[in-house]
Amino acid sequence: MPSRTLLDKIWDNHVVCSPAGEAPLIYIDRHLVHEVTSAQAFEGLRLAGRRVRRPEFTFATPDHNVPTTDRRLPIADPISKQQIDTLRNNCNEFGVRLFDLGDTDQGIVHVIGPELGITQPGMTIVCGDSHTATHGAWGALAFGIGTSEVEHVLATQTLRQVKPKSLEVRVDGALLQGVTAKDLVLYLIGKLSTEGGTGYVIEYTGPVIRGFGMEQRMTVCNMSIEAGARAGMIAPDSVTFDYLRERDFAPKDFEKAIARWEQLPSDPDAVYDRVEVFDGADIVPQVTWGTNPAQVVGVDTVIPKPDAFKDPNERSSGDRALEYMGLKGGTKIVDIPLDRVFIGSCTNSRIEDLRAAAAVVQGYRVASTVHAMVVPGSGRVKRQAEEEGLDKVFQTAGFEWREAGCSMCLGMNPDILTPGQRCASTSNRNFEGRQGKGGRTHLVSPAMAAAAAVIGHFVDVREWNYK
Amino acid sequence: MEPLRTHTGIVASLDRANVDTDQIIPKQFLKRIERTGFGQYLFFDWRFLADGSLDPDFELNQPICKGASILLARRNFGCGSSREHAPWALADYGFRVVIAPSFADIFYSNCFQNGMLPIQLSEDDVDALFQRTKEAEKNAVQYQLDIDVSSCTIGDQHEFQRTFTIDPFHKRCLLEGLDNIGLSLQQAHEIDAWESRHGIAPINTDH
Repeated sequence: MPSRTLLDKIWDNHVVCSPAGEAPLIYIDRHLVHEVTSAQAFEGLRLAGRRVRRPEFTFATPDHNVPTTDRRLPIADPISKQQIDTLRNNCNEFGVRLFDLGDTDQGIVHVIGPELGITQPGMTIVCGDSHTATHGAWGALAFGIGTSEVEHVLATQTLRQVKPKSLEVRVDGALLQGVTAKDLVLYLIGKLSTEGGTGYVIEYTGPVIRGFGMEQRMTVCNMSIEAGARAGMIAPDSVTFDYLRERDFAPKDFEKAIARWEQLPSDPDAVYDRVEVFDGADIVPQVTWGTNPAQVVGVDTVIPKPDAFKDPNERSSGDRALEYMGLKGGTKIVDIPLDRVFIGSCTNSRIEDLRAAAAVVQGYRVASTVHAMVVPGSGRVKRQAEEEGLDKVFQTAGFEWREAGCSMCLGMNPDILTPGQRCASTSNRNFEGRQGKGGRTHLVSPAMAAAAAVIGHFVDVREWNYK
Repeated sequence: MEPLRTHTGIVASLDRANVDTDQIIPKQFLKRIERTGFGQYLFFDWRFLADGSLDPDFELNQPICKGASILLARRNFGCGSSREHAPWALADYGFRVVIAPSFADIFYSNCFQNGMLPIQLSEDDVDALFQRTKEAEKNAVQYQLDIDVSSCTIGDQHEFQRTFTIDPFHKRCLLEGLDNIGLSLQQAHEIDAWESRHGIAPINTDH
């Protein structure tokens, strides 16, 4: 048997057929659904008189539109309400399991999938959302799809796919103290560019990744799409299995499942289509300065001057970005003041993220110039955080403590920036208008966001005086 | 889906790289539950000023772009979110073809789901097309391109002729206007067989 990568193994195991003149069909083990990209798909099924082939492999939750404040009140925006109601009606009609508003397990779809044990190693997992890449942290092939493909999966439990190429991103050495998984992935995107990974599935390898827990691995895989990659994956190991053990949807015969999953990691002499190697020690806490995630630098330096960029496209993008962001090349990152801080999103809203942020704010208060909020990724994360008293730490410091949802990552719900507001955000995209028209987004780690909330501008959290 | 075999159209040029899907169709418009009607929101934050009037400085609002059905852009077009609302908005606005040196993966696939043709050409060729469009503009003429899907050729009436590559399956879907799901359901017996080999109980057929 020739040597195979993790991607090869999962791919080979899922090809249903390859008819001549057609792209192969691959089987989809798990289909995650949310309210924004499914309405038209269910409507398409209805019009064609088709059913959902495998409701038992389909799981839904509303997350993008949901308010993060009092859930007992009706949803104020009638269009948001309609979209959430539509999801509920569709799930009822087609027999799909829905973790609805009011359900204690509702949350951001990419947070609840793993915490419920729906996401498992070796699976193919899709969702009408590009951050589906998150689930690759489990050694799964997980990627985002558009609404037409959502309809295709609902109807057939398969997808037509051309096999992507494999890119090994190996991080050697070790991260410096105070540098997190979020900083690592922002750094990688800065190096690879927003299209460096296009056409590839990234497999993250090396001692730094191996040393990460599952939540850190999810943060890294989550942002693979921002480097252009369809998906990111990390081979499963005992850390993966321990996290999954006992979870609601974990396999009943767990030891048998482990024996299967242990076959998944890439063979030692497997060949990737491309390899990029990085040194963990090169990485400091990162802050984006521009309007795409690759426009990023270390906190200990300055905003670059675009006229120093070699590529004319990069120069004009850089100029445009600085104008939009109201910033100048040469300004120190630590001199950038903030209006808002948002700790949340499918990238960083899990319990370890909240612990890291709480440790920073403990004993301090949010600066008077800043409006800060924490949005846990799911009902479960929220409950656990409350059991640990993290909510009290945040509220005492002056943060708002909210209900679970996508919130201010993308401004489709009431959590939105006003034009010109500058926000330190633990989310994954800083495109123009992403958090609200005219809103200015800086992507950072939870600890960096927390520190910025207290001080009112960016600081190097490695020098933080923890109380 | 309407087949796409040949297309002759006016080119609108958008001289920006990394145009992300948040710009193509901002999130507030993703709340619709219909597939149609997104064209009015295309590039919303760039096309319109704060008071709701058209921004006279935005490229696509220029009179020279009126009636354009081919969009010319720079690299990494359609990056970011997987929202298929992006090609829906482009198609509803009137675009049938997008030309760029590179496309983000998910956007690229989403185009084919909607009978839209994304054409990848080299940076040099895309540069040449930007220049030709500008030249035509100077003479108050709308630049046009002719595209033939079965021969995968693209050219103008002034000696610009190139071939482009698309996956044979995507090409067939465009030429025949294929319903992807109907096609896949023709393989239902294969899907049944795969499930059976993997220990998944047969589907309940009294749906």
